[in-house]
Amino acid sequence: MTARSFFRSPLKVILFFILILLALLWLVPVITSVVTSVRTNDDILSRGFWALPKQLVFSNFKTAWQRGGLSKFLPNSFIITIPSLVLTLFLSSLSAYALARFKFRANRLIYFLFVGGMMLPFQVLLLPVFRLTDFLGLYDTYWGLIAFHTAFQMGFCTFVLRNYMITVPIQIFEAAKIDGCNAFRIWWQIMMPLTVPALAAIATLEFTWIFNDYLLAIVLVRSEEHMPVTAGLASLQGQFIMDWTVIVSGALLAAVPTIIVFIFLQRYFIEGLTLGSSK
Amino acid sequence: MERASSRLTPWLFLGIPLIIYLIWVIGPMFYTFYLSLTNWDGLSAPEFIRLRNYFRLFQDPVFFISLQNNLKWILSFITVPVIGGLALAMALNRSLPGDKFFKASFYAPMVLSLVVCGLIWSWMYHPENGLINSVLRLLGLNSITRGWLSDQNLVMWAVIAVAVWRQVGYVMVLYLAGLKNVDSWLVDASRVDGANAWQVFRHVILPQLAPITVIVITISIIDSLRAFDLVSVMTRGGPYNSSSVLANFMYIEAFNNYKMGYGAAVSVILFLISLIFIGIYLRRVLKTEEA
Repeated sequence: MTARSFFRSPLKVILFFILILLALLWLVPVITSVVTSVRTNDDILSRGFWALPKQLVFSNFKTAWQRGGLSKFLPNSFIITIPSLVLTLFLSSLSAYALARFKFRANRLIYFLFVGGMMLPFQVLLLPVFRLTDFLGLYDTYWGLIAFHTAFQMGFCTFVLRNYMITVPIQIFEAAKIDGCNAFRIWWQIMMPLTVPALAAIATLEFTWIFNDYLLAIVLVRSEEHMPVTAGLASLQGQFIMDWTVIVSGALLAAVPTIIVFIFLQRYFIEGLTLGSSK
Repeated sequence: MERASSRLTPWLFLGIPLIIYLIWVIGPMFYTFYLSLTNWDGLSAPEFIRLRNYFRLFQDPVFFISLQNNLKWILSFITVPVIGGLALAMALNRSLPGDKFFKASFYAPMVLSLVVCGLIWSWMYHPENGLINSVLRLLGLNSITRGWLSDQNLVMWAVIAVAVWRQVGYVMVLYLAGLKNVDSWLVDASRVDGANAWQVFRHVILPQLAPITVIVITISIIDSLRAFDLVSVMTRGGPYNSSSVLANFMYIEAFNNYKMGYGAAVSVILFLISLIFIGIYLRRVLKTEEA
């Protein structure tokens, strides 16, 4: 529909303006944060939120990055997120393949374990996982978090990938089998290339989920050396208790990676969310 | 469909992922039950005390406040974002000028971590210089301004509002996907028969969205039970536990008060509540499997 034919109906014009208003309202917290981050704390405290700032500063970002420790926390987040993401996608594509392609007695039960686990509030696992991580000597290391994320996210990934793989027509595999391909080559050379769209979608989604985890990060990691940015940000709150400009700037900096993913991979992100609910 | 000799093949694929999953997810789920029957401080060996944690739990006022707050969370989540998300999906389902911008601004909060959301909203709610009170003062509504996060009657709603702000886009995505599968022939036919826009929505579109609505509501309830981050960042459950939810109550008992067995008992309750909804969801999955 062209814009002109759309605006012919007065009702639709009203709808359009309501939407503009709502969309802007939705962005207000983000806009407020950006405006706050380029002002000095003294300026806001002494002259109030509505005063026109005398000068724009970037020192808040610098403070959050250096003294606030984001220069350490942000890389940590990547060090934890990337291996978790790769491992969970790899392992899930194996288990999903088994569940989608083979008939065996425990198939349904195992599928249910994955789906049920995916719905679990992970707080339920917190204390045993804390104990397990400690027992394995992984407490306060990157690997403790990587292991948990890899395992827990397998529920969702297996669920989505299995439902995606099951739609691939079986004839393709029969042909490959006659050609003498073994099971692993069929998985790697035939199934995996066909699964790329689903993998891209859930990879985008899982990136933000793992990157944004907070609870496990504060339970399985103690030292600032290994802390991801979510936990680091929360500690910023204690460090700069009255200095909201620094806290808000830190929050914005911490959000940059997921915002970049969202801007460039929005289509995959949305696809991932839809795949997860289509069954 | 497979030869008998290749019975082993699925297990070659399934073996490692399943073992990892059993150790880190399914095993711990059961281990929580055991821990809830012990007196464990996190350091020394857990001591078995049978149901004593549960007896204490049912006399603990903070437990009931938390339970009530989770209920408030659930009730808000299955109404406001569901209705709002559906309305937005209906409005944005046709191609509107600027629809990309509209969608993006409702999606945006979804990619921000809850910690980031909690921090920027704490600033919005700030009693002196926060945006909300500043706007109210500007409008001359000084009597309405308050400490949104320090008022015991308001604080929980103030936190839930942030969660709702973030959830609307998510529900909208799910409904937009659902609307793609609505039979447009039926919609057109009912229009020809003289049904007005509301009647078409109520009697033709909404029934076809029923399966997605079940999923949306289940996910919303599970998400409400998972609530932790916002409370932890914005209020730590205060003032006077008035914004405590089960997950925060558990965390504080286990990791601040070192009563891990007691914390485990809280998470067992959390588990039992969520089990109802996981069950509903699994039954749905089972139905689609058999269809």
